[in-house]
Amino acid sequence: MPESLHIFQITETHYIVLSVILFCIGTAGVLIRRNALVIFLCIEIMLNAVNLALVTFSRHMDQNRGEVFVFFVMAVAAAESAIGLSLLIVLHRQKKTVDVDEINTLKG
Amino acid sequence: MIEYVWLITVLPLAGFIITGLLGNKFGEKFSGIMASLFSAAAFVVTAMIFREILGKDEESRKIIIKLFDWIVAGKVNAAVAYQIDPLSLVMALVVTGVGSLIHFYSIGYMHGDSGSPKYFAYLNLFMFSMLNLVLGSNLLLMFLGWEGVGLCSYLLIGYYYETKVAGDAGKKAFIVNRVGDFGFLIGIFLIIFTFGTVDFSELEKAVAGHVSGEVIIFWITLFLFIGAAGKSAQIPLYVWLPDAMAGPTPVSALIHAATMVTSGLYMLARLSFLYVKAPDVMFIICVIGALTAFFAATIGTLQNDIKKVLAYSTVSQLGYMFMGAGAGAFSAGIFHVVTHAFFKALLFLGAGSVIHALHHEQDIRKMGGLRKKLPVTHFTFLIGTLAIAGTPLFSGFFSKDEILWKVFNYNIFIWGIGAVSAIITAYYMFRLYFVTFFGETRFKEDTEHKIHESPAIMTLPLIILAVLALFGGFLGMPHTLDFFHSGNMIEEFLHKSVADHAVSRYGEGVEVSLMGVSVMLAVAGFIIAFIVFYKNNGIPEKDNQYVGAQKVIFNKYYIDEIYETAFVKSIYNFAKVLWRLIDVFIIDGVINGTARILRDIGEGLRYSETGVVHDYMIFMAGGIVSFAVLLFLLFL
Repeated sequence: MPESLHIFQITETHYIVLSVILFCIGTAGVLIRRNALVIFLCIEIMLNAVNLALVTFSRHMDQNRGEVFVFFVMAVAAAESAIGLSLLIVLHRQKKTVDVDEINTLKG
Repeated sequence: MIEYVWLITVLPLAGFIITGLLGNKFGEKFSGIMASLFSAAAFVVTAMIFREILGKDEESRKIIIKLFDWIVAGKVNAAVAYQIDPLSLVMALVVTGVGSLIHFYSIGYMHGDSGSPKYFAYLNLFMFSMLNLVLGSNLLLMFLGWEGVGLCSYLLIGYYYETKVAGDAGKKAFIVNRVGDFGFLIGIFLIIFTFGTVDFSELEKAVAGHVSGEVIIFWITLFLFIGAAGKSAQIPLYVWLPDAMAGPTPVSALIHAATMVTSGLYMLARLSFLYVKAPDVMFIICVIGALTAFFAATIGTLQNDIKKVLAYSTVSQLGYMFMGAGAGAFSAGIFHVVTHAFFKALLFLGAGSVIHALHHEQDIRKMGGLRKKLPVTHFTFLIGTLAIAGTPLFSGFFSKDEILWKVFNYNIFIWGIGAVSAIITAYYMFRLYFVTFFGETRFKEDTEHKIHESPAIMTLPLIILAVLALFGGFLGMPHTLDFFHSGNMIEEFLHKSVADHAVSRYGEGVEVSLMGVSVMLAVAGFIIAFIVFYKNNGIPEKDNQYVGAQKVIFNKYYIDEIYETAFVKSIYNFAKVLWRLIDVFIIDGVINGTARILRDIGEGLRYSETGVVHDYMIFMAGGIVSFAVLLFLLFL
């Protein structure tokens, strides 16, 4: 990699830190928010945080396995959001709510 | 014909299967006739084989027909094989012959009973088992039959299972027999252990090398005798037989008088080669037989149930047989088995005819004056009574006298007990006869005109048995009285297959005078009964009016009560301890305790299942984090 002249250089560390921040935001969202749709969004954020980390490490290792893996993650995420969203719609029809705290029929 | 010996057992088995499976469909008449025909066919086969055997010379009369291997374990090989020899044939003839007559009789007696297909099926199953017992050529096959007859006895005693008495009597018979069977089994184990074979012929060869009085033979024969005492109702295991009268009367005649109860004696005769090597056990058998004969006879004098009198009389007569066997006169014992089968079956069937006519009334105090109403029954019953009392020329005279004569030679004190029992026998039989058939009628008036003689299907067997009871004794004429020079046919016929061991210490003069004594004893018993119950028209007193010795005898020496306290109660209490402590407390406690602990754990854990998605996710995240931390700490 050529020597850079910029003072504020964006290095791989930044990407990884960003990825960690995104992942933590996602995790916090999943754990804290009650709206199922938001939880869903947060999961997507977590996935994309992972994607970012994968691409970063792939570049760091100077090979493209990580990028390939990201495509798979994206495809799976797409499928997952299709199924997840349709589940949410059905859930809403049944329970008239998407608040996960109110959906506790499995209570022991 | 001999190779078809398997037909003898298979025919009743086929009858059992057919009546058992189709009896309920085709009804009572079908079952009765089927069962009787199969039984009669077995008799015909037996008779034909008997004729063929008679045609052979003495040495070749023992034939063993092996059907197939049954139990092969090491050197012990028990095959399903039938042994034809004079001893087994005599028994088989009695079983099938008397058995068939009783089958036919039962058609009349059981008429109108809704359960009679079941009855006939059991009866045929009994024949099958009994013939296996008799014909089996090894101890295990004999034991199979032994258990089979025990089962059928239990089933048929409890035939009127709606009444508690019958159910209890069945259980009592089964359990008391179990005690005896336990002894029999130990005896068989000891035989296998000592001689390594269960086959009678091999056993006989193996025993030949042992000297008389060996300890192991003492124990073997003693344990086998316990088995015989259980089946043949000897002291102390006789208590089941009187109760067994709760079954239908033909069953009492067939199983509890003529055949099954004599199988104990048959076993002794079959293993006589073993018993003659154990003189101590022979003495025990002789004493126990004499005591049984005496005590059962005394109990018989105060019984008021017509069948109970006959039951105690059977126990007493079985005592005579064992007394004879103990004295070494096995063939005399078998002779008494044969004649006893004739006259006791006759007496029971006669009693059945009376009970049938009186609509199941069994108390002789409520009978009386029946000789005009039931002429055939009365006449045949009289013949049976004369035979059992030991009237000269009747069958019972010859066989009982033979036994008493052999016992006289063996031990004069035991003979004394037997002789006294003979008086008592004559007394209680004539008491029964007079009270039942003479005097005023004592039954309820409205039943009087309904009483009529039993149908021909019942009276014909009575007549045939009466003829046999009358002339059966000529099979075994003592040589002192042998006017026809026929000889003691049964003893001569049996002597190859039974190891008779009787000593003769006294001469013919003593034998003849002893016969005179026997006759006088019988007459004495008759006269007492005649005076009390005919001349004075006495009828037995009401149940509670006995005092002193009579009370003790009336209550059967309180033997049942003693057994109740000594054995039944203690076993009951022991079972209670097992139930309360071992079963309920320990076993159930462990099982239920395990379940309770798991349930309580689950009860505690279920509160962690909130159903709230967030909680699950927090758990999951927490789990992942702690796992990651763990990995980090371990590997970095």
